[in-house]
Amino acid sequence: MNPDAEAPVLVELAGVRKSFRRGGETLPVLEGLSLRVRRGEFFALMGPSGSGKSTLLHLIAGLDRPDAGAIRVGGVEITALSEAELTAWRARRVGFVFQFYHLIPVLTALENVELPLLLTGLDRRRRRAHAELALELVGLADRRGHTPARLSGGQQQRVAIARAIVTDPPLVVADEPTGDLDRSSAGEILDLLEGLCTNLGKTILLVTHDPRAARRAHTVRALDKGVLTDAREALDPQCR
Amino acid sequence: MALILAYSLRNLLARRLTAALTAGGMALVVFVFAAILMLAEGLERALVDSGSPENAVVLRKGSNSEVQSPVAVAEAAIVESLPGIAAGADGRPLVARELVVLIQLPRRGGEGTSNVTLRGVAERSLRLRPQVRLAAGREPQPGLPEVVVGQGAAQRFAGAGLHEELAFANRTWRVVGLLDAGNTAFDSEIWADADLLLQAFRRRSYSSVLLRLAEPGRLEELRGRLEGDPRLSLEVKREIDYYREQSEATATFLRILGTALAAIFSVGAVVGAMITLYAAVAHRTAEIGILRALGFPRGVILAAFLTEAVFLGLAGGLAGMLAAAGLEALTVSTTNFQTFSEVVFRFRLSGPIALEALGFALLMGLAGGLLPALRAARMNLLEALGRG
Ligand SMILES: Nc1ncnc2c1ncn2[C@@H]1O[C@H](COP(=O)(O)OP(=O)(O)O)[C@@H](O)[C@H]1O
Repeated sequence: MNPDAEAPVLVELAGVRKSFRRGGETLPVLEGLSLRVRRGEFFALMGPSGSGKSTLLHLIAGLDRPDAGAIRVGGVEITALSEAELTAWRARRVGFVFQFYHLIPVLTALENVELPLLLTGLDRRRRRAHAELALELVGLADRRGHTPARLSGGQQQRVAIARAIVTDPPLVVADEPTGDLDRSSAGEILDLLEGLCTNLGKTILLVTHDPRAARRAHTVRALDKGVLTDAREALDPQCR
Repeated sequence: MALILAYSLRNLLARRLTAALTAGGMALVVFVFAAILMLAEGLERALVDSGSPENAVVLRKGSNSEVQSPVAVAEAAIVESLPGIAAGADGRPLVARELVVLIQLPRRGGEGTSNVTLRGVAERSLRLRPQVRLAAGREPQPGLPEVVVGQGAAQRFAGAGLHEELAFANRTWRVVGLLDAGNTAFDSEIWADADLLLQAFRRRSYSSVLLRLAEPGRLEELRGRLEGDPRLSLEVKREIDYYREQSEATATFLRILGTALAAIFSVGAVVGAMITLYAAVAHRTAEIGILRALGFPRGVILAAFLTEAVFLGLAGGLAGMLAAAGLEALTVSTTNFQTFSEVVFRFRLSGPIALEALGFALLMGLAGGLLPALRAARMNLLEALGRG
């Protein structure tokens, strides 16, 4: 269950600060936060809403920048990259899964999955092949021609997972991926994420409110008032 | 990047009605633009086709048109004696003294009157104009009050049909023949014997002398003689140049009018496109966020929305051109401002006009799409994503 304690560190944060300005006031969210996530680790982040979980996830995924501190992912100091470099880095190194799927409505399932490959320089035939493989992996090969509107919420999230892994990034970040799903669909999504971790060796960073989701993770931390605490014990005693 | 093209195109199709209305606005502008240019083109061709390269026209020095160009009888006689003029089978020079008078005739169907060009012609006039032939009836006999009428004029003026009668210059004139003059200006003219018209209108001078050059290259020689002769105050022009000058002012006026109208209307169409595309950007904010998160640079977002704008412009441009092309079937008449007579001609679509109209449509699309596309490209990634 536990990841290899000897596995190299994939994500490393040191002294990360982030605050937002709202109106004239400054709202501190992260105040000198440090964190390590190992390669192949399934890492869940919990905590009350507004505690800064999404903010932390965005920083690690290169969607936002800290005010101070350093973030290294896979040996790259992403806080030192220019905007264009960071954009290109995201395309190759991070997969995204969001609460509301965020698929492109006018594209088919297969095209949605193919989208990130447009940035890789693969030829069309290879892109198609990779996208088909990813869709197969989430069990939706037979829905390749469907647009998102014709898929259920759970199916849309599976397409989103296929899209997240199609470029084979080491890190997959998922922000409340089951927040909008019923219990059984949520279970399927969690199974898939767990599979990515154990079968493909992906590092998963999961932000969730749902203890059932967090229970799948190797590591569970809670963020509260800018501080990270170990939260595994706080979960239900039926913990595996 | 076929997928990006498909993405832009499908987004337009997803909002079909809005897209169609927006493109329709641009189509209207393109239609007006193309139609007026086609009008200018048609007019120009009608007049240019009226001339032959081997013919030359002698006019009063400094006059732009036959209507205001007195050429005295004595002057006409000197012109006929100049060298460089081709001779006919009978050995006499191929020359026609002509007189042009504008008269007003009632239109068919009682819709008021219009100016028409009445041309006094000589025996040689018809032979000097290979593009004009007798379609029905016969030529007028010298000395008799008889006329032949261009088919365009025959349809438009009361009493101008074959075997009908026209009244002008206090006389009655029989229509004894119809002229087939294609799409040239002669299609709108009425021809009678020049010397008879001189009498009827109490004139003492002709308007022009039309002649066939012995060789096209001998125009300069003829011009030297003509302008060097102190008895003459005349100038000579190649016939096609004369007709080109005739159409120039009107065609230029039409082109400026068309461009100005299109420019004014295009403001509305561009604003329409802008509104549509701003709405599209607002509607797809979250989508823009995810594309940026996935690693698409701002330039691709810009390009995707500009592509949509270009598609809109292209659709509008093609629709407008198609409608304008339908005008080719129509015949119109307008006043030629050089002679103030009516000229009948067609709308003509040419390659350059088609390209200009399409280019104009694309420009409208781009102008309408630029600001919305910039907004999309500049959007803050996280704010965009947040609007899921
Ligand atoms: N772009 C922003 N501008 C201003 N305040 C923000 C912004 N993003 C997040 N915040 C604030 O930062 C705090 C943490 O937000 P978030 O990371 O979304 O928390 P969580 O994911 O734990 O619910 C909240 O108080 C939120 O209102």
